[in-house]
Amino acid sequence: MEVIALVKHDCETCATLAPALEAAAIAGAPVRMVSQSNEAETRAFAERVGLTTVPELDEGLALSERLDPEAVPAVVLLDGDEEQDRVEGLHRARLEALFAAAGATLPRDGLPEIKPGCASITQEPEVAARLAAKRARAAGRIRARELDLGALEDPFEALHQRGLSDGLPVVPPTPERVVALLEHTSRDPQDLVGVVPPYGGQATVEKVAINAVMAGCAGPELPLVLAAVEAACREAFALHGLIATTHPAGPVVIVSGPYADEAGMNARGNALGQGNRANGTIGRALQLVARNVGGGRPGVEDRAAHGQPGKVGAAFAERLEDSPFDGLAQDRGVPADETGITLVAAEAPRLLLDQLAREPEGLCASLATALESIAHPKQRLAWDGLVVLGPEHGRIFREAGWNRARVRDRLFALTTSPARDIVRGAGGSPEGVEERFVTDPDMPVAKFAAPDRILLAYAGGDAGLFSMVYGSWAAGEIGSAPQSVSVEPWR
Amino acid sequence: MNDGLVILDPTAERDEATGRPLADALPAGTGARIALLDIRKPRGDVFLDEIERLLRERGHEVQRTAKPTFTKPAPADLRREIAEHCDAVIEALAD
Repeated sequence: MEVIALVKHDCETCATLAPALEAAAIAGAPVRMVSQSNEAETRAFAERVGLTTVPELDEGLALSERLDPEAVPAVVLLDGDEEQDRVEGLHRARLEALFAAAGATLPRDGLPEIKPGCASITQEPEVAARLAAKRARAAGRIRARELDLGALEDPFEALHQRGLSDGLPVVPPTPERVVALLEHTSRDPQDLVGVVPPYGGQATVEKVAINAVMAGCAGPELPLVLAAVEAACREAFALHGLIATTHPAGPVVIVSGPYADEAGMNARGNALGQGNRANGTIGRALQLVARNVGGGRPGVEDRAAHGQPGKVGAAFAERLEDSPFDGLAQDRGVPADETGITLVAAEAPRLLLDQLAREPEGLCASLATALESIAHPKQRLAWDGLVVLGPEHGRIFREAGWNRARVRDRLFALTTSPARDIVRGAGGSPEGVEERFVTDPDMPVAKFAAPDRILLAYAGGDAGLFSMVYGSWAAGEIGSAPQSVSVEPWR
Repeated sequence: MNDGLVILDPTAERDEATGRPLADALPAGTGARIALLDIRKPRGDVFLDEIERLLRERGHEVQRTAKPTFTKPAPADLRREIAEHCDAVIEALAD
């Protein structure tokens, strides 16, 4: 039988009990007083409460972690490794019984009958996080190589210097932060999310979480980032080409479903802009995965002629509560009761304004003008369009009872032009369809390969008769096909 | 200043190659088998037609190949076929 008594230096209950514990030890009780505090603190504690010997230290808090008390003093009766009894805080009668079970006596002089203890040092957030990280490493849940930053290095500068950032500061991915973030998914950290182009790096849940920490994710965004990485690594999304292209497109994450709210995403005013942590970090985390796990670096593998601001990261949520349509992901196969993301390889969005629109036919005519101009008005069939209807535009379709299919079909029809208008040289511009393919100048030629190549989403603030229109990168089988995946498997 | 900080490696932890090994130069003279890979960018064929003419003038054998689409890497089968049948490959990269 052995009695372990965990104490810490700044706990007054420990100070009250410690002399009695030492007296018991001197009288022959098998009791070890073990301090959670450091050496200097423990020495000062011993002096302050009048102990003749300084208590031993709990190195690395190994004993505290094993016994896992909520409060100290924690007096634990052990038979070998087996716990027989425990008293946390000072409860004189129970402590006397515990010592009696150990065949010893606790001197009761001056001890109060009852005095609550203080929180064990293992309950302090910083210490708990450190211990959790240590456990995760020992259990093989965390396997990433550890990089030591020097004491004289500024961690933020060090991450830039090691080529790990997108040019903005990144949060240093300490094991503590990564392990805490991993609490937001039920998945094993070593599960493979995808193989990331261009160099085929393996994105495990752990590697994605490391990059999500760096991007600034608070936690609940992690399942959305994991779903986005899954979608990006699908062959049909063609991420290799999207990274390597001279075109400015980058991945845009559109979240449809109730989990967007749980993750703190913004679907309303400024949804496509700054100011919301989840919107800002989800897209950025995906881009950091492409950079760090995939190895695609701007100016090296990424050959974009201009790029665009959305390549730092682009994510927004759909405003489904008053949308004229179902969610974009649900329209594309994600079950209605699940949250889904849709990943689109798209350029920067631009405004389509029609402040006079009051009925759906006229609004479609206006939207068609923006869709026609994707890449070049004479470019045909190689591009998808993404329209983010603002609420004041969406209301027009909702009140008129136009569903998604009807809007899409109308936009498809309105973006069809006679061959003579899109041939090379027409309107004075060299771009266009080769003349030898034009047998009939009146032949209608569609802008898009099919109506469902016009993607419709719904987000934005209450006021403004605006929508936002994105052009895609080279689309469909010859390029990147939008991917919709459920978030549920990643929660 | 801190006491030093441990962070987790966000990369795929692949060892950086110090440089790509270069193949041996083709021997001087005629008779090399050269693949011309069209990546399917507009007018890449115009460029490759000219290269083919020049190579044939110099007595080389030319094999024309093409990726299915410029947006995606060449399929493994195509890469293997070129490696098996040709001594060198020339890619037409851009528009």
